[in-house]
Amino acid sequence: MRTGAKRLAFCRAQCSLPGTMVAAQPIVKFSRATKRYGAGPVVLQDLNLDVAPGDFITLIGPSGCGKSTVLKLVSGLSPLTAGEVVVAGTTPRAARDRQAFIFQDATLLPWLTARRNVELPMRLRGRPEAERTKKAEELLEWVRLGHAKDYYPLQLSGGMKMRVSIARALSLAPQLLLLDEPFGALDEMTRHHLNEELLALRERAPFTALFVTHSVEEAVFLSNRILVMAANPGRVHAEVAVDLPGRRDRTLREQPAFQRKVVEVTRLLHAVEDAT
Amino acid sequence: MRKPASWSTWLYPAFSGLLFLGLWLGVKAVGGIGDWLLPTPGAVLEAAWRERAVLLAGAWSTALGALGGFVLAASVGFGLALLLGVSRRLHASLYPWLLVLQMTPVIVLTPIIVLWAGAGMPGIVTITFLISFFPIVANTTQGLLSADRNHVALFRMGNATRWQEMWLLRVPSALPQFLTGLRIAATLAPVGSIFGEFMVGNQAGGSGGLGFLVYSYNAQIKIPALFATALASCLLGFVFVAAVTWLNWAALHKWHDSFERTDR
Repeated sequence: MRTGAKRLAFCRAQCSLPGTMVAAQPIVKFSRATKRYGAGPVVLQDLNLDVAPGDFITLIGPSGCGKSTVLKLVSGLSPLTAGEVVVAGTTPRAARDRQAFIFQDATLLPWLTARRNVELPMRLRGRPEAERTKKAEELLEWVRLGHAKDYYPLQLSGGMKMRVSIARALSLAPQLLLLDEPFGALDEMTRHHLNEELLALRERAPFTALFVTHSVEEAVFLSNRILVMAANPGRVHAEVAVDLPGRRDRTLREQPAFQRKVVEVTRLLHAVEDAT
Repeated sequence: MRKPASWSTWLYPAFSGLLFLGLWLGVKAVGGIGDWLLPTPGAVLEAAWRERAVLLAGAWSTALGALGGFVLAASVGFGLALLLGVSRRLHASLYPWLLVLQMTPVIVLTPIIVLWAGAGMPGIVTITFLISFFPIVANTTQGLLSADRNHVALFRMGNATRWQEMWLLRVPSALPQFLTGLRIAATLAPVGSIFGEFMVGNQAGGSGGLGFLVYSYNAQIKIPALFATALASCLLGFVFVAAVTWLNWAALHKWHDSFERTDR
């Protein structure tokens, strides 16, 4: 593990986040966290993980390795069987207003327009209408959907829906974003665009991210840390630091250093597969 | 509903309708059936025209009874569904009894209803209500309970109160099922109203209605007028269903999958 100071320096270079963060306290801390659904198999065993503010951590691995479970534990949507999860110094449920969840499908409410969907978290918090509208329109501009604010989800493409979903997740400026295979159902080019936009959004509204995916390229492109997980029982097989030089834009995918990282992670995934 | 209406939507039923009229006249001519058993379509229309004032007044009265019962069924049905949707215990305690009530033929309850609600309009509205409320309760409850799991998780993540989860999530997602319930109820409400009038329409200052006209034309052996009353009932039912179909379209066409969009 790197030291906190080194990680912060790394993070400034990687994600161009403001340097005001304190590296001391992890935003999420798993201590021997174990999850088991009823009497079923152990989906996550003895997970120890410190997520530093500013981290973009991707969880990757075969199905059944517990990667989505990690997100459910952080969000408090699913209780822990043993061990401990601390989020922002408190319990997952108590820390809910510091985090937002992005699901695999966009989970927009079909009876609300794009703008109304983005407003939803603010509405649940009882924010005044004028403030909600203004913020929602600003966020839709951020995700390049200012022109579509009055469209219903039925009128939006898959990529547009996911953009609205991202805008909604950012509406309360969360410290922590949990993303469960958000781009899994999209075509390759749309996925590339959204990867780039997600990183660009972090410069406007810095957030720490826990990201689940099946795509190695996506993992390398987005993260500074990749956790390669193994199944039966779900556990972390290896951690890969992604310290690529330069800005992370579309040219990154063409660089040899990027491709070497992809190969490295792919090999680890193969090793995990062969072991089970 | 999905495709825009094309000429075939009208042509085929028009053709089969004409065929049916031909069959009607043919059977009557070949079998030598008298007007007292099967009047000609012309005689029915003639009777409808002759009795137009009476039929119109009757249809108006029936429509009022049906509308009253329908509105009552929609509001009570929605309220009951909210109760059933909010608590599993309430659902487990009440739903079986609603089912029992639904399985009891309303005809055997009629004397009790008249005894309690009174004859005339109150009785008719009660009968209409009893006949049409169940589909609304059943469909709406189903809708409230089957909100999307990820949507529920989204509301939990947003620290939504139970109240917010009900009104901002469950009620809107149950709207299509509620409207399905209304559409079924719209076919039942005129039936209930006419049945009520048939039983007690002329009592307690009741203005008769189509149900009572059926009774009285039958007693007077005015057979073409009896057919004309059936025609009027049919038209009334059509108006009800058309109104609710429009309501369904107005509430859902902008966002629901059942309305395929042409401007995508």
